[in-house]
Amino acid sequence: MTTPGGLLLVLAILVPFIGALLALALGAHRVTRVAAVTYVAGLAIAIAAAQSYVEQGESLVYVLGGWAPALGVALRADFLSIVMMGVVAIVVGGIMLFARADFAMPAGAPESRGPFTFWILLLAIWGALNLVFVSGDLFTLYVALELLTFAAVPMVCLDGRAETLRAALRYLVFALAGSILYLLGAVLLYGAYGTLDIPLLAERVRAEPVAWTAAALMTTGLLAKTALFPLHLWLPPAHAGAPPAASATLSALVIKGSWFLVVRLWFDVLPGVVTWPATQVLAALGATVIVFGSLVALRQERLKLLVAYSTLAQIGYLFLMFPLGFDPVSNTLVQGAALTGGLLQAISHATAKAGMFMAAGLIYAALGHDRIADLAGVARAMPLAIAAFAVSGLALMGVVPSGAYLAKKLLLEASYTSDQWWWTLVLQGGAAFTAGYVVLVLAMAFRRPASAVAPEISPVSRLAQWAALGLSACSLAIALAARGWVPAGLIKSPFDPVELGTTVLVVLAGTLLATGFARRPLLGSRVGAAAGDGPLRAVAVAVGNACEHGDAFLRRWTSAGIALLLVAALIGVLF
Amino acid sequence: MNVATLYGLCAAVLIGIGLYGLIVLPHPLRKILSFNVVGSGVFMLFGALAKRGADASMSADPVPQALLITGIVVAFSATALAVALVVRVIEVSGSATLSSEAPAKGKPETSGPS
Repeated sequence: MTTPGGLLLVLAILVPFIGALLALALGAHRVTRVAAVTYVAGLAIAIAAAQSYVEQGESLVYVLGGWAPALGVALRADFLSIVMMGVVAIVVGGIMLFARADFAMPAGAPESRGPFTFWILLLAIWGALNLVFVSGDLFTLYVALELLTFAAVPMVCLDGRAETLRAALRYLVFALAGSILYLLGAVLLYGAYGTLDIPLLAERVRAEPVAWTAAALMTTGLLAKTALFPLHLWLPPAHAGAPPAASATLSALVIKGSWFLVVRLWFDVLPGVVTWPATQVLAALGATVIVFGSLVALRQERLKLLVAYSTLAQIGYLFLMFPLGFDPVSNTLVQGAALTGGLLQAISHATAKAGMFMAAGLIYAALGHDRIADLAGVARAMPLAIAAFAVSGLALMGVVPSGAYLAKKLLLEASYTSDQWWWTLVLQGGAAFTAGYVVLVLAMAFRRPASAVAPEISPVSRLAQWAALGLSACSLAIALAARGWVPAGLIKSPFDPVELGTTVLVVLAGTLLATGFARRPLLGSRVGAAAGDGPLRAVAVAVGNACEHGDAFLRRWTSAGIALLLVAALIGVLF
Repeated sequence: MNVATLYGLCAAVLIGIGLYGLIVLPHPLRKILSFNVVGSGVFMLFGALAKRGADASMSADPVPQALLITGIVVAFSATALAVALVVRVIEVSGSATLSSEAPAKGKPETSGPS
């Protein structure tokens, strides 16, 4: 049963956790060295697993203790797992380089808890994510998810301020509500079919009420952990309040864990149970948040909150693939172009958002604040950080040759073949909303400071700036790396007239949106005064305010809790 | 009505009570307790299913019991972490509210742009 190379899966889980424990044992002064050694080992394992997968051409399997499922537990790595493991290894590397400046522990300095904890938690998150990717049964996946949450929550409150502690507590309690729903669903599945092993369960499961209930509960629980609208009450304060390296980890990696589990559940366990309306609901929530999240992002006064709301909007994209992967003839979810597109979207967001949060963190560190209105002069003072922000913004917008571009092409193709024209509108229009907040920040950063004296800039680490730029550039170059796997005609030159035209259109539309919705007029004060009084601007401000009020309402506990039950009921009814 | 069904119904009641508390009760400690009530309901349901699904030769299916123990350990760790956070929040800020609205932050502006 165990295939050659199966042991690599065990190592991929164990090595980061061993590193975390060793770091704890060896103390704060050796923690960066332990993390570096663990990283090299972990990266080598991820590469070896990928190589072994390519050589065999089929999934790697490891049967724990030689006990075959259903009684035993198996670890499996298919194409999705292998790709995600590789991406996580790369992003963790970038985050480690970035964090060296913030969380270094020089030999003579007194031990401090924040940096020490950060490295241990980062390794634990890595191990937990690898476990999520290779687990072969639904209960191990539950444990993996909990490990991921327990490692992610303390990352929010590394600095120990009351505000971040509260954000961490909200995150933890809401995540626990989600995971208990997931566990309830898993228990129901076991009760009905007598196994939790994914392939066995996929064979036995039938479209009947107990499977529908279980699927609805599990999906909702996972959506709460992924923070898909309207279950996002914990995300903005948690992601915006954490230190930059932690924000990058949470936003780029942690939410992908529970998202990955939704994909596993729908595509691998229940492809024949899910229905067309249910997939439409998931994507409709995604489409809503692309618009809603971007508008709220435009209304933010602080850069890190803007980036956090951008994450919220980008989570929406991750759910657009579900209806596009649905085959109405056989009534099943099919692993095809749509799934590849969704996967690319996740990879693209993981790299770009890490870069963007790092850039925002660097700007915060240099200025001592991150008020968007006072960013004037930053572009001149820290060109590398602003370049990282711009490049990650372009990557998120889906400019050629970014991963998001390729994802968009694949999803568009899937929506043509499945006759779901309404998703093409979302796919084409969504980029303009992304462009809105990117343009807003860049316009502010490129303005001349109002006073003659340049703003006071404290020096920030060059290595950290290069790490941010490197990850963003990775995201912008994904399509080049994916050249062999997708049809060759899909990737065009960035200077192809159509592509260039699209890019210009997207940026123009984004500028319009930013001009309309931003809290302060985008243009200089002279023109801004005139533009600020138009009727269009008044309508935009009213819509923006309404979105903000809606967001504040949805982020109350009671409304979020009721939304949790409503989403579960809705998905359950539609099965 | 056999024993397994009775336990199953009790589990459903526990889950319902816990979910209500999780949504409605404002104090974080009460939310954590509510989470534990839901958890107990889920574990009880699992126990009832183990009894119902058992082979005729066995008194109960052993797999759910093994999973249950792991589940209890996970729920225990979660509770410990959550309570530690609550204690820390009280130490630092003097009150244990979960409300997100830190004063003057994240609130929508009421007047137009200036």
